[in-house]
This record gives sequence, structure tokens and C-alpha cells, in this order.
Amino acid sequence: MSNQSTKLDRRSFLKVSALAGGGMMLSFNWLAGCKPNAEEALGMPEDWFRMNGYIRIGDNGLITLMSPNPEGGQNVKTSMPMILAEELDADWTKVIVEQAPLDTDNFTRQFIGGSQAIRTGWTPLRTAGATARQMLMRAAAQTWNVPVSEITTEPGFILHQPGNKKAHFGEMANLAATLPVPEAVDLKASQDFKIIGTSKKNVDLNKIVTGKPLFGMDYKKEGMLYAMIIHPPAFGNKLKSFDDSQAWSMPGIRDIFQFKSLRDDYKRTFFDTVQFTDLIAIVGDSTWQVLQAKKAIKADWEIQEGYEEQRDMFGREAVRVVPKGLENTDAQEIAMKQAAQKPQTQRKDGNPEAVFSTAAKVIERTYTGPFLAHNCMEPMNFFAHVEGDKVSCAGPLQKPELTEHALSSRLGIPVENIEIEMTRLGGGYGRRSYAHWLIEAAVISQKMNAPVKLVYTREDDMTGGVYRSRYQATYRAALNENNQLIAFHVNAGGLPENPLYANRFPAGAVDNYLAEGWEVPSNITTGSFRAPRSNFMACVEQSFLDEVAEAAGKDPIDFRLELLAKAKANPVGEGNDYDPDRYAKVLELVREKANWANSTPGVSRGVSAYFCHNSYAAQVLDMKIVDGQVQIDKVTNAIDCGLVVNPDAAKNLCEGAVIDGIGTAMYGELTFENGVISKSNFDQYRHIRMKEAPKSIETYFVENGEDPSGLGEPAYPPVFAALANALYKATGNRFYDQPFSRQSNS
Amino acid sequence: MAQFSLNINGKSVQVDVDPNTPLLWVLRDHLDLVGTKFGCGIAQCGACTVHVNGEAVRSCSYPISIVEDKKVVTIEGLSEKGDHPVQKAWVEHDVPQCGYCQSGQIMSAASLLARNPKPTDEEITSAMNGNICRCGTYTRIKAAIKTASQTL
Repeated sequence: MSNQSTKLDRRSFLKVSALAGGGMMLSFNWLAGCKPNAEEALGMPEDWFRMNGYIRIGDNGLITLMSPNPEGGQNVKTSMPMILAEELDADWTKVIVEQAPLDTDNFTRQFIGGSQAIRTGWTPLRTAGATARQMLMRAAAQTWNVPVSEITTEPGFILHQPGNKKAHFGEMANLAATLPVPEAVDLKASQDFKIIGTSKKNVDLNKIVTGKPLFGMDYKKEGMLYAMIIHPPAFGNKLKSFDDSQAWSMPGIRDIFQFKSLRDDYKRTFFDTVQFTDLIAIVGDSTWQVLQAKKAIKADWEIQEGYEEQRDMFGREAVRVVPKGLENTDAQEIAMKQAAQKPQTQRKDGNPEAVFSTAAKVIERTYTGPFLAHNCMEPMNFFAHVEGDKVSCAGPLQKPELTEHALSSRLGIPVENIEIEMTRLGGGYGRRSYAHWLIEAAVISQKMNAPVKLVYTREDDMTGGVYRSRYQATYRAALNENNQLIAFHVNAGGLPENPLYANRFPAGAVDNYLAEGWEVPSNITTGSFRAPRSNFMACVEQSFLDEVAEAAGKDPIDFRLELLAKAKANPVGEGNDYDPDRYAKVLELVREKANWANSTPGVSRGVSAYFCHNSYAAQVLDMKIVDGQVQIDKVTNAIDCGLVVNPDAAKNLCEGAVIDGIGTAMYGELTFENGVISKSNFDQYRHIRMKEAPKSIETYFVENGEDPSGLGEPAYPPVFAALANALYKATGNRFYDQPFSRQSNS
Repeated sequence: MAQFSLNINGKSVQVDVDPNTPLLWVLRDHLDLVGTKFGCGIAQCGACTVHVNGEAVRSCSYPISIVEDKKVVTIEGLSEKGDHPVQKAWVEHDVPQCGYCQSGQIMSAASLLARNPKPTDEEITSAMNGNICRCGTYTRIKAAIKTASQTL
């Protein structure tokens, strides 16, 4: 048990709402993610009592828990309320979970990003639950006229055992909601957890399997019009003119117009990434009619001049250089090779150049990774209704708070008049952090003076940006005559983003270390992509270490463990961003669980491990080549993400990360010709399908009592290298360039 | 525009739409049956899978003009109470992550099991290969199909 102050930077449970205790009736909108069983068992209450921003208790004991963060498959809509319910001592079968809207008064960090929801939500959610429980206990003590120290709880009930009294939460909620918020509350010891650490089903599961409306695409409102946009076909182009004469006469078409999605004087912030801001809107009565009219519009495009974009990156001033021209993949490669010759030093330990020049053995390898598209299954879309100086929006997005300002600026409507409702995301992976389509929808609604749902076609989505950057990294390793790693050099960069993390392993484990980075400007817009930068760096670093271990004549796991032992015993340099013990532990666990010492004849195995987003992941991948095709039999995951809130859902997330990672490593690729993207739909952009997925995936979690950390991303980056290293065993060839299918012919 | 009489989930409905309109958009925009999802529009991802006369089809590429006189079943009509063996197996295995592709996955799986209640691994893979899941729930989908198969 620990004592936690309620004075956190989270106003939800400090601010006593004017409605507290006033019997606030919730309006359950169609988006509310209810667990029907809870309602069936108890019925809906007459009155709801607001305990704090997260928790409302009905007079019949039914509890509504607000899930603050957007849900895009990472399962926070189940696991965040589980944390609340745990400390509240709620009966999980009597809980309704509702998706909170963007609400900066009550919640902070309503984001999907960086696998941080559970890590940063852990203490606030527990404290909110414990605070409400304490208030219920105090209300009971007051009602029964007994000391609060004699009050206990069991799931859903408050007890005074000496007096043989028992009440369900609903009976005390009215009074509890009027009591002052305790200064500090006791949090449970982890061994007393009843809900956390047990597997709970996804709260939206029944809705998903029965096709109930949940997603932005499913949103509908009376009088709603449908809209699409046309953006330039090539990066480096802008709209010159268009002929919509044919489209105007087509059935169901209400309007066609040109618009700008951002004000010219708007200073962009971190997530305001979008290249195409001068667009054509087509608005009509149904999606299909709008799509037909869109195809009938003939637009002319012209070359966009180069410019510099001033940006406010969370208070840091930055300039994005947007060059003129239509880019080609081949020319980009040349520019990247040139830039790699003039890198910036990001970290240097010892005297690497001297050691390289005298080493017994030097290995140098270069790796590349292409542009990638997120390709969320649910294409970009948003609903918006601008009525005078009020805006209501609904749809799937990852960072509502960080889109609001661009929206406010563009519409000329203050932020406090904007409401953003968050629907379930049909995938995000970073793409929905850049919510320009929300602004586009709102601008169209403002012009039409009507509710509008903007829908991107798959082609609009895949060809409009935002992508993962294109990357390249060259590694050098120096071994001495005893096959010890004595110097290490990484030179990494990208177009336009530098992927390097200079303080990551094996930094800290090598006496002589040099990390250099570089960037090449591009007019192709890029941004966060599941495990940003790590998704490339893990692949190339862990592929390279595999090759170095082999050159040193060492087992790849032993080789890594030796380096980690050195990083622990005698760390080199400053700022190493990993814990060598926790890193080693996942490698040891995967070695044991995959039975690394006893490989099966005919099965090729690769190992990889990585630390990112505060969690550690190690993987062993078992494969063979059957009839010329890669067949992955099994992937074993060993994960340290601290305490696991919802184990089966956590396993699901790791399984998904493995499959997504294998698919991306094998097939993911976008190239450019004269600024035009090579692929625009799933007939061209290959994604992993069931037949290429591993036959089995096993996931094991390290139990170490650490607080929970991230899980949406950490299992994704290392699997690229586990695959590359297994492919080497199977084929005798190293895989330096993604996508691997180009080399493996499968 | 033209009038079409349709049989959707056992109910007769009339719609007045362009004959080329894909069944997907009639379901979603005109009949408010939004469980059938738009993913690619070119029959490559399977998110829009429905049953037409018992057969799994990609409704994004299936014009309404050829639907008349056929029986259409969508995810909303697969079972009355969400208790089709495939839906139950999906719940048992807690298959979804984001969930967007899952109604299409379920409709493909239900169609497979209706014609082949005891499919082999290869038959499952082959029947499900037209359905993309970007979250990567394939191992659970396969396990759920096997569970459902055992109850048939």
C-alpha cells in the first residue's frame, strides 16, 4: 500500500463540479461503449452521481467509468477503466465504460502516442479510483455514525463489519459526491489487486462482432452531407485550376469549391503536418454520388515553389525546408548518400577512429528502409458541424488537443467553442496524429452551413502523406584479436527525418563509440509511424549485431549479454537510455522460452531485442523456406513492460506487433516517380495476409514488480531483425534493404 | 436513379439509387447498416464482406443492380443476438484490436464454415486470405475459426 496525494496535475478529482451530488443524468450517446450485461443485470439508474471526472455512480450501483484516451486497438478503453475500477473496488460486471470526449478540464494527455497511456495514466487513474472509494467510505461512516477506520469495501459494496452493515456503492454515492475530496489516499499494494492482472474482454467486443456503429466512418447525423477532397497527385505540385462543369450536373451534388485548410499566417505546431492545403471539395448527398463527381473533375496542377515553414515544436522554434521539385526515388538515394558524408556528431565516447585504424577486424554494412504508408483499415474521415461560432466534431484521431488550435485558427472560432468527440479508431499507427482532415471537414461544414462527413478514399489516404521517412544507416564495428567489440560507429539519417537515437544500446557498452546523424529535406510529408525511428533503428542495429556476433564467433544472445554485462558493470559515457539488467532479462527469458539451445533441424532461427517506449522486447523467430516461400512457424516474445494490466489483451497486442512487423519488413514500400507515389491501393501496396503470418506466437512477460510501461509499440521494432537474422540462416544471405521480399522473392 | 427491391437480413426494403451504386454504399448510406466497412473500394481488403445468397462477396464492388431478387445478409443479420458460432468464438478469443476489419473477417469465416464446417488449416488460410487485418490478429482469427468449427 502506498499513500498518494490527490494534488496531481489533473483537475478531474480536485474540481468539485457544480453538478456533484446533484444527480447528474448522463445522456448516453450512440458512441457510449456500454457493456450490455451490466445494464441487463441492474437496469439503468434513476440518478447518476459524479465522484470525479472519471467516475459516476448510479443510485442502483451501476458505475460509469470514463476512458480518457482515444481507442485504436491498443485496448486502453478496457485497461484504463480496469485501473480505475481496481482502486475504486468496483464490481467489473457492473461497470459501463464510456469514451470521454476531448476534455482538457478533466483530463490530460488524451493522446495515442508513444505507448504512454498506461504508463502516464497509472498513478492518476489509481488515485481517481481510490479517491472515489475513500469518499464512499466516508459517506458510509457518516451515515452509519461509525469511524471511517472501521469501514472496508468489497467489490461494489461498502461494509461496516463490526456493525454488520453493508450497502452497495449506489446507496452512498449521493452523499459521497458532496463530501470534500481527501488530501491524500491510500493506493493498494499490487498483491491485493483483483482486477489488474486478470484478463478482461475488450469492452467494445460485442459491438464489434455484431457490427454496431463505433467508428468515425459510421457516424451519422440528421441532415448530414458527404464530402470528399481532391489533393494534388504529386508532392511538389499545387492546384492551378479545375474544370468541374461535368460534375456539377451529376445527381446528388450540392457544391464543389476550392478551399485552404490552413490560414497562410498560421504557425504550425508539431502535429500540423500536411503538404496539401489547397484543395477541391465535393459535397453531396451520398458517398457514391460524391465519388462519381470527384472522378468527373479535371484539375490542372503546377509546380509549387520551394519555401520554408516556421514551426513551433512544443516551444522550440524549427524550420521545415520544403524544396521545389518532383522527387524521384533514385535521386533521393543519391542525395542521401551525399548527406551521409557530412553528418553531425551526436555522441562520441573514447577515440573510435584510432581504434578502427588499428583493429584486428572491421565490419561495415549499410542498411536502407523505404517510405511506408500507415494504411489504417479505416480510411481517414471526420464529421464536423460548424454552427455559427460553435463547432462539434466527431471521428477517429490520436491527438485531439493538438489539432484544436489549427482548427480554431482556421475557423476563427475560439477553442472553448469546439467540441471533439472521439470515435473508435480503425487503426492509427501514428497516421491519425496529423488530423488535417478534421480541419478540412470543418471548413467544408462552415461553407455548407450543414453537418458534413468528410471521407477519404483509399487512394486519397495512401497518396496524401503522412508517411514514414526513408532511412539509411551505415554501421562499423571493430573487433580486437580476442574478438571483443572495441569500437562501434553508426551513421544514420533520413529523408527527411534522422532516425538515430544516439544513447541506445550498444552505446554504453563499447569504449569507443561514435553516433552521427543527418537529414535531407524533402517536400514529402512524413511523421510518426508505429514506434517512430525505432522501427528502422531496431532492425538495422539488431541485424548488424547479429553479423558482428558471427564475425566474433559468438552466439548472438551470448554476445549481446556480454555487452549488457559490460554496460552494467562499467558503463561508458553519459545518458545511456536503457537498464542493462532489464534488457538482459528479456534476452534470457526468450532464450529459455524459445528453447534456444535446442534448435530443430531444418528450422532457421533469428533473435533480436530492443528497448523503446520504456519497455523491453526480445524475440526469437523460427522459419523455413517451403517451395521458395518464407514460412514462419513460430515467434517467441519476451516482454518487460512492467506490470501487465490486462494479460490476454497485452498478448494480443504483442501478437499483432509481430505480424505487423513481419509484414512491413517483408512487403512495405513506397517509391516516388516525379513526385507521384508508386502505390495507391491494396492491389499495389502489399500487406501481410493470413497465409504469411506466423503459425504460432507465444508471449511471455517478465514479472518484476515495476510499474507498467508501454506496449503498443515495443514488440514491433525488433521483429524486423529477428526475421532478417532468421532469413540469413535460411538462405545464407544477409538482408540489408527493406522490403525483404525483393531479395527473398516471396 | 432507379427503384430496387432488396432483401436485406430477411427484410424487404426499397431504395432509389443509381444502378451502379455498390451494395456497400447502399447498406451504409441508405440503410444505416454501417457494420459493413469501407476499406479499399476495389475488393482487395475484405472489410466490406457480406453474404449474397449465402456466398461471401465484396460489397464495395457489387453493384446494386445485380442484388435484386437475392438474399443479402450483413454482419447485423448474421444472428439475432450476436450468438452465431463465429461471433461467439470471436468473443471467446477476444480477437479484435482496432476492430474495423472484423465484421468482414467474421462474414468470410461464417461463409467458409457454412460450406465447409471442418476446414483444414490450409482451407482456412485460403478462405481468409482476401481479408486484411492491419493490426495483425490473424493467429487469433484462425484460432477462433477452429473453435467455431468444433461447435458445428
